[in-house]
Amino acid sequence: MTVLQLAALAVVAIAGTVTVFVREPLRQTVVAGFLGLALAILFLVFGAPDVALSQIVVATVAVPVMVLLALAKLREEER
Amino acid sequence: MSRRARTRLFLGAAAVLGAVLLWGLLALPRPVAPPPPSARLSTSVAVHERHVTDTVAGVTFDLRGLDTLGEELILFVAATGAAVLLRAQRDEHDEADDDSEEDPGAPGVLRVAATTLVGPVLVLGAYIVAHGHLTPGGGFQGGVIFAAALVLVYAAGKTLATDPVHPVASIEIVEAVGAAAYVLVALAGLVVAGVALANFLALGTAGQLLSGGTILVLQVAVGAEVAGAVTLVLTEFLDQLVLE
Amino acid sequence: MPYLVAAYLLLIGLYGVVTSRHLVHLVLCITVAQSSTYVLLLAVGYRTGGRAPVFSDLPPGTPVVDPVVQALTLTDVVVEATVVAVLLAVTIQAAKRFGTVDPDELRALRG
Repeated sequence: MTVLQLAALAVVAIAGTVTVFVREPLRQTVVAGFLGLALAILFLVFGAPDVALSQIVVATVAVPVMVLLALAKLREEER
Repeated sequence: MSRRARTRLFLGAAAVLGAVLLWGLLALPRPVAPPPPSARLSTSVAVHERHVTDTVAGVTFDLRGLDTLGEELILFVAATGAAVLLRAQRDEHDEADDDSEEDPGAPGVLRVAATTLVGPVLVLGAYIVAHGHLTPGGGFQGGVIFAAALVLVYAAGKTLATDPVHPVASIEIVEAVGAAAYVLVALAGLVVAGVALANFLALGTAGQLLSGGTILVLQVAVGAEVAGAVTLVLTEFLDQLVLE
Repeated sequence: MPYLVAAYLLLIGLYGVVTSRHLVHLVLCITVAQSSTYVLLLAVGYRTGGRAPVFSDLPPGTPVVDPVVQALTLTDVVVEATVVAVLLAVTIQAAKRFGTVDPDELRALRG
């Protein structure tokens, strides 16, 4: 385990914890995007470039867009 | 069950789960152990027999191609499910008032940036799909990048407020054709070589673009299907905002 | 060591799901739990000193990381996105039908 890998693991663990404990969905989306990036870096450091590419594209493009659209829709419903 | 009781029950169950997980996980082979036979075989077989340099793509689309078929169909079904769930509500409100005020559209900077980026992103997506068996990438990644390009089109367009002018039918057709193409290639392998998903096209030399036989075809099929599925889901979400 | 992080992520994600007050928060906690499976899969395949299993610039024969688990993980990542989409669609429907996105309240409203 190189230092970089341990650091990546620590960042992922911290990001995961923060994602769970931030209750408000809008802020949580940003943190979840950060978790996605941290995971992508973890995958790169562990020698998995394909998975890292998938993860970057999905967790920083597709998932935040969907969540933000859903949140906007929910906000509209509340009116 | 009240919230507090639920949390306490969960904490108890989590402790048991954590203990079992640790007991199991710590018994797994350590990273310094020699790689398992599947790893050694797949890396050697993929390069020599299938002539691909990206062994992950070789494994995904050839050595374990049936798994990918199943997962791709999960994608298809999930996109259909999301579309059905969101569309059932949309039809109720389709006769809503049409006198929504004119939205000034996306700000100029966003529009310029998005329109300039759409072309390169599409090319990038095509590149990643086509080179999936040579360098990291492949159908899944490239497909999502395609979908991102289409999302950029919506971000740049003025149509967000007035009239959702998006070809939903053609997106669905693209997605269905991609999924069907994968199944057809699998069946063709069954017909031609007696084994489903057999790599029956010419293999070419490793490192060239046209190597790997059916792997390239499958990559393109998956790329089309993933792009269609993700775009479909995103447009459904967008419609929810626009048409209500 | 990565196994510990995977187990931890799973447990913390599940904790978030159980104690959630907002359905979108719940969906994002499910993503955290899903990421634990990715870490676990990759940790299983990792070998010390192994390089990425792409041979376009490596001579064949260098020790590499296991590509089989990477193949499993990468399709998993994309499938996760669509599962999140379905869950979000259900959330939107729940908001329309029941007017609330609090899981605790949803339990009380029936029919």
